[in-house]
Amino acid sequence: MYRYDAIDRDFLADRAAEFRGQVARRLAGELTEDQFKPLRLMNGLYLQLHAYMLRVAVPYGALSPSQMRAFAHIARTWDKGYGHFTTRQNIQFNWVRLGDAPDILDHLARHDLHAIQTSGNCIRNVTSDPYAGATADEADDPRVWSEVIRQWSTLHPEFSFLPRKFKIAITGSEADRTAAKVHDIGLVVRRAEDGELGFEVMVGGGQGRTPYIARTIRQHLPASRLLSYLDAILRVYNRHGRRDNIYKARIKILVASLGAEEFARQVDEEWARSGPEADLPDTELARIRGAFAPIAFEALPARSEALESAAASDRGLARFLRNNVKAHKRPGYAIVEIALKAPGATPGDASAEQMDRVADLAERYGLGDIRATHEQNLVLPHVKLTDLAAVYQGLSEVGLGYPNINLISDIIACPGLDYCALANARAIPVAQAIAERFADLDRAENVGELKVKISGCINACGHHHVGHIGVLGVDKKGEEYYQLSLGGSGAQDASLAQILGPALPADAVADAVDRLVETYLALRQDGERFLDTYRRAGMNPFKEAVYADAH
Amino acid sequence: MPTLIRLIDGRFEAAEDRFTDLADDAELVAGPVILSLTRFQAESDALVTAGRQVGVRLAASEAVEDLAYDLPRLALVAPVFPKFRDGRAFTTATLLRQRLGFTGEVRALGDVLREQAFFMVRCGFDSFVPADGSTAEDWSRAAGRFRHVYQRAADDRAPAFVERAQ
Repeated sequence: MYRYDAIDRDFLADRAAEFRGQVARRLAGELTEDQFKPLRLMNGLYLQLHAYMLRVAVPYGALSPSQMRAFAHIARTWDKGYGHFTTRQNIQFNWVRLGDAPDILDHLARHDLHAIQTSGNCIRNVTSDPYAGATADEADDPRVWSEVIRQWSTLHPEFSFLPRKFKIAITGSEADRTAAKVHDIGLVVRRAEDGELGFEVMVGGGQGRTPYIARTIRQHLPASRLLSYLDAILRVYNRHGRRDNIYKARIKILVASLGAEEFARQVDEEWARSGPEADLPDTELARIRGAFAPIAFEALPARSEALESAAASDRGLARFLRNNVKAHKRPGYAIVEIALKAPGATPGDASAEQMDRVADLAERYGLGDIRATHEQNLVLPHVKLTDLAAVYQGLSEVGLGYPNINLISDIIACPGLDYCALANARAIPVAQAIAERFADLDRAENVGELKVKISGCINACGHHHVGHIGVLGVDKKGEEYYQLSLGGSGAQDASLAQILGPALPADAVADAVDRLVETYLALRQDGERFLDTYRRAGMNPFKEAVYADAH
Repeated sequence: MPTLIRLIDGRFEAAEDRFTDLADDAELVAGPVILSLTRFQAESDALVTAGRQVGVRLAASEAVEDLAYDLPRLALVAPVFPKFRDGRAFTTATLLRQRLGFTGEVRALGDVLREQAFFMVRCGFDSFVPADGSTAEDWSRAAGRFRHVYQRAADDRAPAFVERAQ
């Protein structure tokens, strides 16, 4: 974990005090809702269908146990006992009262947490690899660079009133767990052939009503030049991004209309005019790296016989190990994924009791480190093999031991019409219906990796454009309908899903997914995932399977 | 008459506005004037040689670089915020101060609200015509709300990384 110093803490205290004053002015009637709206949005406070919703930042998805307990406390004290982890590694509280918001921000600030820039047309919370610092396949720890960007982007004087929101994701690994290619800027940390650390810079990806895969505008940006180069990108965007149409204001539209080559040329021209004085000094880069508390890994055997024999007699544990436990860079350790996707659950929701339990397990068995993932799950990145059975047991007791990571029931879904003022249709019940259909874990494991992503409207918060199977809720004359699409990916092999056919009524979605899966199983060749089979076989067999009855 | 607030030596003060902000079709008046970029480019030689103080109003879509060679003879540049959400003027002011070295008055015109005070000051604005009836005291409070800043900008505040190194 990055350890905040007095400066970081003063900053959060000042921000909380500022917002307390603004809320007081609103409650006293000195500010109208119109005047107050931009101020509350700058602090992540939305007015949704039924209540205010507070979106709290989890910078690059990293949390300490005490921070997780702070969320549990907020859920219990000021909400209905739960919170919702989002596709941007943040957490949302859905039932907040305006008058309580200042107390919540104070409580967050006491735990080095905040809601700064979780909304508005500014640089949003930077997201990163939930396996950072634990996976063997990374060139450098992306959290260091995420923290550099967090500080640079916080109340940035020039870039806080951009044409539209701006999202940055960083991965240090070629296996992209951040959906970097559908971000405004995606960064991949990599070493050049001569060993120099740098970034591949991808720009102009995004979802929403006009989805794009990001284009690479620089293969290798020297790491020390990161901030001046980001300044140049943001400056070109701030000056030339469209402001006449909210739907054409994201940087992806500017990049697409100029062409990636011309956009890159303009960035380079701007970058050449600002010298290295716009970069962070090496001393500060070193300080930030050092402010991540070093982890004292023990020298352990690479296998645990105790674990293996426990798994031999416990099918649940064995399945958990197969699906939710990933390889760690150090022998004797593992990365544990915690699915917030048990049958009947709302994807991404965690109760206060569950949050407290995760905090306890992280403290006892996980070196005090917790991550949130963009797929709306949690991660304990450093667990000893010898502790896995205890962790599984502890998770299972609170309904968090469900072993379905990357399986068809590990679904991303936005809050949809159950909460969101923008939605056209509900997303949560559709996710639950699909999860229930595949509740037989033997069958789900046989199907293998299959990413279903559901959005309740065209804004695509549920990432349907990059689902192996994407589901988009639409409104047809007051009825909720769902448009299916196939072949998307948000990973390193990013692609946009293609529409399968006419939208289906809500009660037909799980059936249709079932037919898609059966078609895949009939067609698949050795080792193919659903996505691979779709890419090889094309749309037709899937389309026929779903719409055969319609003819 | 709209209020003018100036930031001089770190203090926000209500100030008398010596400049007349002229529309393109308005008749020229005596004394210091603020003109659009177009009108300035058409009439600049006559105005400046007469020894008059001249300022230029820059629309959000206008490139500050177009003024680069004229800056030494300008007393004031006024980037306009057509809406408070339109942040192009922040880049304009930053470039004026950091890249083009302009040391005259940089005035915020348009939808200028106290909630932007912090950002405006950091980008190098030093005079403000608020659209929300806010006072110099309001601006002083809003701009000074944060004890620390994270970035180097057009003001002289030491960013966190400099504070930490001390």
